[in-house]
Amino acid sequence: MPALTRWFIKSSFVYLIAALIVGVGLAMQAPLHLPSALGSLMPVYLHLFMVGWVAQLIFGVIYWMFPKYSKEKPRGSEGLGWATCALLNVGLILRAVGEPLQALRPEAGLGWLLAVSAVIQWLAGLAFVVNTWKRVK
Amino acid sequence: MPRLSRWFIRCALAYLALGFTFGALMLFNKGVPFYPALWRLLPTHVEFLLLGWTVQLAMGVAFWILPRFSSSRGNEKAAWLAFVLLNVGVWLAGLGPLLGAPPVISFLGRLAEVGAGVAFAMHAWPRVKPLST
Repeated sequence: MPALTRWFIKSSFVYLIAALIVGVGLAMQAPLHLPSALGSLMPVYLHLFMVGWVAQLIFGVIYWMFPKYSKEKPRGSEGLGWATCALLNVGLILRAVGEPLQALRPEAGLGWLLAVSAVIQWLAGLAFVVNTWKRVK
Repeated sequence: MPRLSRWFIRCALAYLALGFTFGALMLFNKGVPFYPALWRLLPTHVEFLLLGWTVQLAMGVAFWILPRFSSSRGNEKAAWLAFVLLNVGVWLAGLGPLLGAPPVISFLGRLAEVGAGVAFAMHAWPRVKPLST
């Protein structure tokens, strides 16, 4: 299994656990009468789960198992692959931090965290598509 | 990789790019508001990524790697039907609400997605078997 796949898959496990912990927090809101602002974690929960766990696990397995691009570059551009992994994780962490902060303290002017996160995750998605497209053969 | 898998997977990648683009626009707008109507992209974002990307990728890879029969992958027509129905369904259910289409369009899209699921299960069911048979 290539090093990048190991990074993708091990990171995805971390997000799975993080998502499940956030899910516990969301479930405790009503019974424990916790602040309603906790509900702002719902989009974070969904994206930790679907981007951090599901998409990242898929990215790692595809990078590993899809048909080779060429003898010299079996997995396409390794640089694009690493860029995908770095951008996806940095973008997702920025979102996981920025979204609750913005909901709790909208006056703090931290919306730029979400804007940067959006651009970074978008670039990660495009980098993955570009690098994988030529291996679909 | 068989031709149908290439179609499934390339369409899945296209939906991934579109779904990420819509998601990025909404997230950017959430942090730095510039066009409130972007929130209307939410159902399309969800439909494209859950059905268009995840389900379609799974079908494409399953068609490719599930155990084969001696010289074929079984009922390929059912799998092609699943491909067509899934994509018609994703467009109807994903773009209907965005374009302000009547609710019946989303309903028809979801119906097409059910048809895709049934057609793909009909194709794949006999292929879920021990390797030696």
